[in-house]
Amino acid sequence: MSDSLSATTLTVRSSPAARDGAETAPSRAPKPRLHGRADWRKRLEIVILVGPAIAIFLTFVIFPVVMAAYYGFFRWKGYGAPTDFVGFQNYVTIFQDEAFISALQHNAFILVMSIVLQGPAAIGFALLLNQKIKGRSLIRVLIFVPYVISEVIVGTGWTLMLQTNGAVNDLLSKIGLGGLAFDWLSDPNLAIWTLMIIISWKYIGFAVILMLAGMQSIPEELYEAAAIDGASYWQIQRRITLPLLGPTIRVWAFLSIIGSLQLFDLVYIIWGQYVSSIAGTSTMATYMVTQGRGSGNYGFGNAVAVVLFLISLVIALLYQRFVLRRDTEGALTDGPERKQK
Amino acid sequence: MTHSIATVRGLPPRRRKNKADQTHWGSPATYVVATVLIALCIAPVMYIIIGGFRTNSQITQNPSGFPSPWVVTNYIEVLSSPTFWQQVGNSTISAGATTIGVVVLGLMASYVLARYQFSWRAGMYSLFAAGLMFPLTVAITPLYILIKNIGLTNTLAGIILPQIAFSLPTTIIILVPFLRAIPKELEEAASIDGAGRLGFFFRMVLPLSLPGVVTVGILAFIGAWNGYMLPLFILNDSAQYTLPLGVQAFASQYSVDTARVLAFTSLSMIPALLFFSVFERRIVGGLTGAVKG
Repeated sequence: MSDSLSATTLTVRSSPAARDGAETAPSRAPKPRLHGRADWRKRLEIVILVGPAIAIFLTFVIFPVVMAAYYGFFRWKGYGAPTDFVGFQNYVTIFQDEAFISALQHNAFILVMSIVLQGPAAIGFALLLNQKIKGRSLIRVLIFVPYVISEVIVGTGWTLMLQTNGAVNDLLSKIGLGGLAFDWLSDPNLAIWTLMIIISWKYIGFAVILMLAGMQSIPEELYEAAAIDGASYWQIQRRITLPLLGPTIRVWAFLSIIGSLQLFDLVYIIWGQYVSSIAGTSTMATYMVTQGRGSGNYGFGNAVAVVLFLISLVIALLYQRFVLRRDTEGALTDGPERKQK
Repeated sequence: MTHSIATVRGLPPRRRKNKADQTHWGSPATYVVATVLIALCIAPVMYIIIGGFRTNSQITQNPSGFPSPWVVTNYIEVLSSPTFWQQVGNSTISAGATTIGVVVLGLMASYVLARYQFSWRAGMYSLFAAGLMFPLTVAITPLYILIKNIGLTNTLAGIILPQIAFSLPTTIIILVPFLRAIPKELEEAASIDGAGRLGFFFRMVLPLSLPGVVTVGILAFIGAWNGYMLPLFILNDSAQYTLPLGVQAFASQYSVDTARVLAFTSLSMIPALLFFSVFERRIVGGLTGAVKG
């Protein structure tokens, strides 16, 4: 560590060995140099420790996405190597397909409504749970329950409850609100709102826990100082908690946006592969699965995946550029150096 | 695995915050709102669990009622079905192996990214951080082709390996700050005492970063346990089904037998719920660390 410059040079020179993988690296020990032994040992450690993670990550995350870009240029049924090159035809088809356009609109609606509905509610609930009330830790566990159970369970349970003769409508008529008993799942005007309710129910626990974590990292001294100055509870929340919660809110909104764009499980489970477009709840991801693998058109499916990826990427980059940049601690934008305090 | 570690070390005392000392309005309104909130969160789950104790005719006649009388046959039938236990086994293998893989690989990589000085460290970190931009949904179609080409369709390995890969970005982003926070002086002291970097890793880093490790372990376990899209693509043979696929198959196979579907569904959510409620404090703690940076 005393001579970091030489360490860097050596690391760069060792890159072929590093690429060969952990097994071959030991046998390729370079000639002993002046204080080279420690550097060699360090390089070996780096390769052994990071190598497996990099290998599995590149193979199963990066490589498939790269291949999607390639497959997307072919008409291909998934057998053998793709040969029927069609250029951008798949992409033209996607953007001319009304089914895709409406799926895109549904995604946009879900994206906006998730933030509008969940954000304020989550902050409110987090403020509530940040108080010292009895049973606070129990409440925290319970509010997280919907987030912890699987999408399949949520989908199956809500489907049963929301059927026209299901528990929700029955309950409504029991408490005298029978007029509000609707066909929650198949009415095209209603289904996407039903989806929003289920999404909010499922994911708000995560938002609340995130906001709570953000609130607990606000220094206690600020509250004490404000209290000494005679600030009221709501003044304190507005002037101290909310501004200092900004980074947390922005990170949460980012995660929520990405999740909305990628939404698949709940829609596919509740509405199945064909009903979702009729009910008006289809998303880009359900379109991709139905039109791609579901109909054996792997080339087309991959092209949809590329479109989905590019849309997400552009939105994410814009968000990071214009929103997250204001934060000093954007985990996504900074290298590890910034983390060092 | 994570469980035994946590038991040995014991849970740390909860951080005490005395905000209530300044805000004396621990009023009934707070409790009312909290109760309504909890009721909304829990009611659908309770519907599933309690519905499993009813009969189909009870459910048809009174969809939102309570069991009268309570019957346990649904639960007993599910619990005595070999299919259910096979799926529990598959899910356990998948989630367990994923958790171990993510924790081991993620910890090793994070240790290097947090504490070694070398030229492409920042680039490596960005590579993993960029992984957050590559969610499973985008990769699933080509990933399925990859898994098919290497002959892992209909095997649990075919879902475990991608699950590990897709959990690595979150894991590394949560763990690096934990590992970085370990003071340099400790490393120097260990080195004076004759411990190498790897010795330091096992004797000091591992115990000190446990809260972060437990957090990422739980997140990986719950994620794998609940995973739907990947098994949907990779596993076609019902003998390899994990619980989410099993629940869906069961729900369509016995679509008229609502009570039994409810019983099957409630039993399948127990492990994730149990796992979470035991380690809830750790998850919140880990998220706090990640948000604070």
